[in-house]
Amino acid sequence: MRPRTIIFFALTNLVLAASAFTQSDGSQQNRTGRAGTFAIVNARIVTVTGAVIENGTVVIQNGKIASVGSGTSVPSGAERIDGKGLSVYPGMIDAGTNMGLAEIPQGANATMDLVEPGTLNANAKAITGINPHSSHINVTRVNGITTAHSLPGGGLIAGQSAVINLNGSTQSEMAVVGEFGLVVNYPRIATFGGFGTGGGQQIDFNEAVRRRDTQIEELKRIFTDVENYARAREAYDNDKSLPYVANNVRLDAMVPYVRGVKPVIFTVERERDIRSALKFIADMKLKGIIGGGQEAWKAADELKKQNVPVIYTHIYSLPVREDDAYDLLFAAPSLMQKAGIRFAISTGDQGGEVRDLPYHAGLASGYGLPKDEALKAVTIYPAQILGIDDRLGSIEVGKMANIVVTDGDILDPRTNIKHMFIGGRLIPLTSRHTELFDSFKDRK
Amino acid sequence: MIRRLFSITCIACILALPLVVSAQAGGELLIRNATVMTATRGTLANTDILVRDGKIARIGKNITAGSGARVIDATGKYVTPGIIDAHSHTMMNAVNEGTLSVTSMTRIRDVLNPSDIAIYRALAGGVTAALLLHGSANSIGGQSSTVKFKYGRPVEEFVVADAPSGIKFAMGENPKRSSQSFQPGQTPRYPRTRMGVLETIRDAFLRARDYKQAWDDFRAKKTKVPPRRDMELEPIVEILEGKRKVHAHGYRSDEHLNLLRLADEFGFKIGTLQHGLEAYKFAPEIAKHGAGVSIFVDSWSYKLEAYDAIPYNAYILWKNGVNVSINSDSNERMRRLNLDAAKVMKYGGVPEQDALKMITLNPAIQLGIGNRTGSIDTNKDADIVIWSGHPFSPYSIAEVTLVEGEVYFDRAVDVQRRTALAKEREELEKLDVNKAPGSGGGPPRIPTERLRGDLDDAEHIDGGNDR
Repeated sequence: MRPRTIIFFALTNLVLAASAFTQSDGSQQNRTGRAGTFAIVNARIVTVTGAVIENGTVVIQNGKIASVGSGTSVPSGAERIDGKGLSVYPGMIDAGTNMGLAEIPQGANATMDLVEPGTLNANAKAITGINPHSSHINVTRVNGITTAHSLPGGGLIAGQSAVINLNGSTQSEMAVVGEFGLVVNYPRIATFGGFGTGGGQQIDFNEAVRRRDTQIEELKRIFTDVENYARAREAYDNDKSLPYVANNVRLDAMVPYVRGVKPVIFTVERERDIRSALKFIADMKLKGIIGGGQEAWKAADELKKQNVPVIYTHIYSLPVREDDAYDLLFAAPSLMQKAGIRFAISTGDQGGEVRDLPYHAGLASGYGLPKDEALKAVTIYPAQILGIDDRLGSIEVGKMANIVVTDGDILDPRTNIKHMFIGGRLIPLTSRHTELFDSFKDRK
Repeated sequence: MIRRLFSITCIACILALPLVVSAQAGGELLIRNATVMTATRGTLANTDILVRDGKIARIGKNITAGSGARVIDATGKYVTPGIIDAHSHTMMNAVNEGTLSVTSMTRIRDVLNPSDIAIYRALAGGVTAALLLHGSANSIGGQSSTVKFKYGRPVEEFVVADAPSGIKFAMGENPKRSSQSFQPGQTPRYPRTRMGVLETIRDAFLRARDYKQAWDDFRAKKTKVPPRRDMELEPIVEILEGKRKVHAHGYRSDEHLNLLRLADEFGFKIGTLQHGLEAYKFAPEIAKHGAGVSIFVDSWSYKLEAYDAIPYNAYILWKNGVNVSINSDSNERMRRLNLDAAKVMKYGGVPEQDALKMITLNPAIQLGIGNRTGSIDTNKDADIVIWSGHPFSPYSIAEVTLVEGEVYFDRAVDVQRRTALAKEREELEKLDVNKAPGSGGGPPRIPTERLRGDLDDAEHIDGGNDR
């Protein structure tokens, strides 16, 4: 398995507004781009949520989409971008990455901030570990991905994930939802040493089942403890004659998730484990999300009944069983869509290959997912699952101006990105890769 | 437990099915009215291809086939040469002989597994041939095999008999075992630095040169006693004689450049620099030496020595006139090399046909089989893929894959079989033998898992990196 096993893990709650970007001036062309009023004119506008506008204008002002349409006027003083022959898309969103937490997985451990040891790491917040200056960020965004969901990876309860825009000099400038979901690596039957590492001694099957069950009990106990802890704390707050309950930083972090106020992301792949996780979600009355979801289509009935969405990360994975159809994991999004499951397509990548997100969606479409659904699966659907569809995921007036201008179909690997905006800032199309290219391309 | 069941039953059911869908042995097959991307002579619209006796017999318009020929109507479809992966570990039951740093005596052809399901999945992605290489744990890994993916046929038929011999070298983090940890008291294996790796290789060539001299002297009757045969040095002598191609894994530009200089010193040419993630930094030197380069199109940062990799590597090498191929090194990635080739049109702007060459004719040339495969030209092997649309579009999929004129993958047949397979699986699941085991023993492992311990730790995370 590629390192993406780690993918799914984490966290919660600061909703930091996009006001973050307003502090920079509008003149300098630096790494974080420049603000201004922009009008992309004469372009094909793929709004995603509405009809395609064949020849229209998008106006970007104050970091937001000010207007969209075929008859839209351009405000005086706006910087005009000729969109003739170009297409305008909303920035793509990868809902399952470790962006900013994992620079170089092998040979540079010091660049890894992904995995805490121990079982209960609920207080580990991705937003405090993400490196705003990771070279993965620029490399990813110049391919049209403007937003990523970054998840921590260690333990049974891995920590809290963050939804970030791929721009900003500080973590808070990047944050769209600083603490989004609690990441739980849902226990599974593992006879090869656990968590899909492939290492360790093979263990007896019944022992593996017992360990899985023990872990699920442990998970239940932790969730119950949190509720009891929270009640005891609240009781004391209301009545100081009751026993004082000392602060527990790990349990504290879990309260909004255990109470169903904020989502819990369960990383889980196989049907039986997904059904087990769904039962856990129902029993505990959680707001659940499935991450990974290799066999989610098989649990369509229960997923739909509970309205639990799936962040699917297995386009670039091999089928698990030798007798699975060769194209099963390419076709899984199509199966989910036909079954009526809410889903997003994600790379599940640590960071370096998140830029391939459009091709994951493209491949899913090659194997049955309608093209418009494939595009939605990397734009508005992840926005909905991440609870940011009021601000991102489509080209609509009032939304944050995360916009990509291309010379072709955004899901096609031959397509070039010509301009892009994040939070209304015009982003330079440079990265570690273009810089190295420029350094060596003319060497004789 | 599903995995277990699988191991017992489903391999059997897969093997039981004839996967060669409709062998054309000796017969004719006509592909009609396709858009043909030849890889050598541009794209031909509305073109027919006649396959006879495993070869491309004719390419043109309005070709008629003999009676009994299978005819495939490819109207609206695209045809390309079969994809060739110049860096693969598919169908290998072992990857690294990790005990010594020079294991030139070991041979991939001794560990081929013709029933590896990854072969079928590769065919379903349009791959027809591959260079099977040792891993990169050793400075000199062992003798490679060039195969065509004739899934369902005996293993002997996979090996391309007239392909030049090859050998895997490796430099950098892997042969110096950077990520290996040692127990207290355990002596680390030499070499541990890039200096040592280069000297390990130099030492092997010096010994091989002496060994060759000893044989030359004996054959010239200058000496009376024949030298003892040395299975480690004989393949290296073949390199010195220009009979064996070196495929050298490496990342940093300096280590690969040092290898080119070592090759110059000993008077031979390097076949390919494998991975060559920094090849763009010294493209003119590579062009001058005449080595090919086989790369990941855009993998980077998965390890320290991959941090300077850029997706413009192919473009810069191409611009310098270097033969570039795009490889997978992965059973997973192998299935979508067509989209990897498409990427070089974006990253730098390589023209379409040259991009296609990077997964067809260029690797064929690197493997020394460019005279018989890698393009749609008459008299070449009929290694052909029929795609639902343009092969560089993410919306297109491989529909039919032929190797030497025989259909080894046919999507329509695959889809049609699924119902019967599912039924068979359901029946097998009910058998007692497939119920979860009692206590005392684990489930049998499936073949791909059996491989794990042997696999090359570092290469697994390269690019896609399924194992």
